[in-house]
Parts: sequence; C-alpha cells; structure tokens
Amino acid sequence: MKQKIGRWLIPVIGGAAFIYLLVPIAYIFVFSFNDGGRANLQWQRFTLDNWMNPCGAPAVCQSLVHSLQIGTVATVIATVLGTGIAIGLVRYKFRFRKLTDVLIILPLATPEVVLGASLLAQFLNLGWELGYGTIVIAHVVFCMSFVIVTVRARVSSLDSRLEEAAADLYASPAAAFWKVTFPLLLPGIIAAALLSFAMSFDDFIITNFNSGAFQTFPKFIYVSATRGIPAQANVIGSAMFIVALLVVVTGQVISYRKKRQLENS
Amino acid sequence: MSVDLRSKDELRAEKRKNRTGIFLITPGLLVLALFFALPVVILLAMSLYSKPPGAEVGEFVPGLQFSNYATVLSAYWPELLRSFWFALISTVLALLIGFPMAYLVAVRLREKTLLQGILLVLLIAPFFSSFILRTQAWKQILADEGFVAQTLKFIAILPADGHLTATPFAVVAGLTYNFLPFMVLPIYANLGRLDTRLLEASGDLYASPITSFAKITLPMSAPGVFAGTLLTFIPAAGDYVNSALLGNNRDTTMIGQVIDSRFFKIIDYPGAAALSFVLMVSILILVTIYIRRFGTEELM
Repeated sequence: MKQKIGRWLIPVIGGAAFIYLLVPIAYIFVFSFNDGGRANLQWQRFTLDNWMNPCGAPAVCQSLVHSLQIGTVATVIATVLGTGIAIGLVRYKFRFRKLTDVLIILPLATPEVVLGASLLAQFLNLGWELGYGTIVIAHVVFCMSFVIVTVRARVSSLDSRLEEAAADLYASPAAAFWKVTFPLLLPGIIAAALLSFAMSFDDFIITNFNSGAFQTFPKFIYVSATRGIPAQANVIGSAMFIVALLVVVTGQVISYRKKRQLENS
Repeated sequence: MSVDLRSKDELRAEKRKNRTGIFLITPGLLVLALFFALPVVILLAMSLYSKPPGAEVGEFVPGLQFSNYATVLSAYWPELLRSFWFALISTVLALLIGFPMAYLVAVRLREKTLLQGILLVLLIAPFFSSFILRTQAWKQILADEGFVAQTLKFIAILPADGHLTATPFAVVAGLTYNFLPFMVLPIYANLGRLDTRLLEASGDLYASPITSFAKITLPMSAPGVFAGTLLTFIPAAGDYVNSALLGNNRDTTMIGQVIDSRFFKIIDYPGAAALSFVLMVSILILVTIYIRRFGTEELM
C-alpha cells in the first residue's frame, strides 16, 4: 500500500509542478493574440494584428533592439575574459590564488540589488553618465562569474595528456591549444555564452540601477506594468521563447546524430 | 631536501608558460577588481557619508557617520527580516516541489528518453522567456477579476472581499515560481547519476521505501540540494520584482524595494548604501554558517 502511494505521489507532484512552471508562459502566448488595446488586461477577442505588427506599440521594439545589442556585446566580452580566467586558473600556477577565487565566487553570492547599488555608487563617484556603457559594464561583471564557473568545470575535466601528446608530435603550444584544447572546450564555451546572453537579456534589477533613462526590454515591461503591458510585448516574449526552443532542440538533435555517427563508425 | 633537476631550457619554458597564464587571467581580474571589488569598497564608504547642514537633496560629503546604520536599521529592520523570511519559505517550498520534479525526470523517466528530453527542455523553458513578463502574467492570473480568484470565491475558499494579489502569499508564490528551476536543475544533475540498483538492493534487504530514500537517495543528491538552496535563497532575499508587482503594500515590502526607493526616489545615498551593505554582509554570514554546517569539501 505504502509503495503504491509513493509510486503515484512523485508523478502527481512532479506533473503539477510542471503545470505551475508553464502556466504563465502559456498565458503570455495566449494573450499575444488578444485584441486588448493598450493595456491587454482582459481577454477581448482573437486577433493576429499583434503578430503582424510587432512594432505597433511605440518603444517596444526600440527597447528590444537595445537589449539585443547589450546582450551581444556583454556576452562577447564576458565570454572572452571569463574563458581566459577559467583556463588560466586550471592550467597555470600563480600567486594570490585564494584571493582570485574569492573575487570570482563573491559576485555569485551577492544579491543583484547589492551588485547594482555598488556599481551605481562607483559610477556616481566617477561622475559617469548612466546609459548604454554603464549597463554593458554591469552585465559583463555578473555574466563573467557564470562563464568562469561553467568553463572551468570543462577545463578541469579535460585530459591534459592530450596536449602533451600533441606536444610530443611536435605541435607548438599555440597549435596544440587551437587544434586540440580549444575544440574540446568549445561546447562548454558556447553553453557559457548562451547562459550569459540569456542572463543579460533578462536582467532587470542590476540594469535598473545603472541605466539612467536608457530603456531595455525588461525595464520597458516593468515600467509599463502599472498601466498594462501592450500585447506586442507578449508577441516578442513568445517569439523569443519559440526561437530559443528551436535552438535548443536543434542542438539536441545535432549532438544526438553525432553520437550515433560516432557509435556507428 | 629537493633538488631542482630541470634544465635551463625547461625552466625558461616554465617561465614562458606562466607568463601566458598571467596574460590570460589579468584582463578579467582587472574588470572584477575595478567593477566589483572597488564598487563594494565605495559602497561602504558611501554608507558613511554625511549630510552637511543646509545641503540640498542628494548632496553629501565623505565622512564617518556610523549613525547612518542605526538610522536605517531602526527604520527598516522589519523589511530586512521579511526578506529573509520570505526567501526562506520560498526556498523550502521550491525544495519540496523541486525534488519530486527532479526525481521524476532524472530517475523515473530514465528509460523513456523522449519524454525525459521533452520535460528537460520544459524545465529550462522559463529561462527563454522574460522573468518580468512571467511575473506580470502571474499578477494578471491572480487578479481580483481573474478566473482563479473568482473560482476560489465561488467555492468560498476565498472570502468575497478577499484578494490573491497584494498579499504575502502572492509574493512568496512568485518567488518560489521564479527560482524553482535554479533548485531543480542542480538536483537533477545529481540524481541523474544515482544508481537505481542501490535502491533495489536496499529493498531486497527489507528497507522500507522511506528508509531507502533517507539512506540512499537523499545523501546521493545532497550536493544538488545544497547548491539549489543557495541558488534560490540568495537571489530571493534580494529580489524586489515579485514584491513590487505581486505585493506592493506595507505587508509585503522587501529590502530591495527599500534600497531602490532610497536611491532613486528619496535620494538618500548613504542610507541606501548602508542597507545594501547590511544585506550583503548578512547573506555572507548566513551562507558561511550554512556551508560550515552542511557543506563538505566535495560540495564546493
């Protein structure tokens, strides 16, 4: 009897939890088809207008473009710098190791409000004008720690004998790195970059502290939340969701095929 | 006593190698030092600024006014405590909901690759859609004129003049919702490596399912639970999007909202900086105690 309860309990709780997780996403999607005017609070009637005209609400697309730009620039910088640190930390000896570790872990253990507030204090002190540049700097800082942690795990699991073998075969250190190490690290680096882009694109709290009057997509939604969010925001949110889903599924299919190929050959 | 047996060439190669290492690490560390470590020091300094007599709004001079801390703490200790309390409840709820989810996907569906793959994608799906848009969606789903509130009122679970939004319940539900994937994914990663033959063996030795769970499943997934609770608690304690959108009244104000409004609405930089610093230090202390108490080497 007890065992039977256990057998059913997990799928029931787990299934309910999945519904809980997906309800708001479904809601966003459904309301992207609502002819609800500016506020989009109540269901009126089905329309495709929002999807046909995603830039119809002023400022939605502008903020989206800003977020995409910031996400790209911050991701590239954070991935390059973070990968450098990750490789350096695992492969090379140097002093102040403990201090470096603290410097990397601490941003992860600091709530976003504090990261945002401390950077704001810094920018106020320097007299820098808040906007595009200060947002990029802020995003690089918090994305970099995630890149370091992700890539470092990959570097540590790498067999360093592969590089030694390359050196034995007269590869220069640079050639050994680019021909052997880098291709093996690439999946980890790509995962870190995707994570970093997603975090930058979705960030509100840190951005809110360091953006001044500059609008990003999350900020636009937060600011318009009191008046009601235009349905075009739901269209963009849903479209981003579908694109990301396709990217993930394609990635899964490719890696699955590669695995099969390797097994068959 | 050890003798260095390496040749000159080898020593030179070693030196060159270390130079590459420094070249790789320095730019990133410089960014962290200039835009993380230094700002925290400046935040600390700013928290001690004082207001000269007759100063305008937003005008402060560097100083050592420790009374700033007493002032903001005596005014905002309820919000600070509430932040930790809400974060704690959400973390426990996320663990109670998240563990069965992770177990379902990682262990129960191990043989069913397709279903497992689909659920895994659904598990990371929230990361693909905007956090604020989803929180706003909750606000509309739970709104007074919404379907959920109306149904609950109809079956008299909710009094006719009751609300779902603007309550601590809504804020905690929002926090739990938003950080749930951060709880599930680390646990999933650990349970994925759980050898189910151990459970069969313990069953064969007449262990009850509860004993097997307590002696095998739980210890094996401990690093994931540990990481998940930290990844949920820390951001939840500092969050103010949920309390602003789903709460937004005196019973639900969290410390992040106070910091935000002292910076931008009241223009009290020292007060806001002092509260930020208190929040950071309290979280670091709590996390350190937690790691000392429950963490072992392999967890780090």
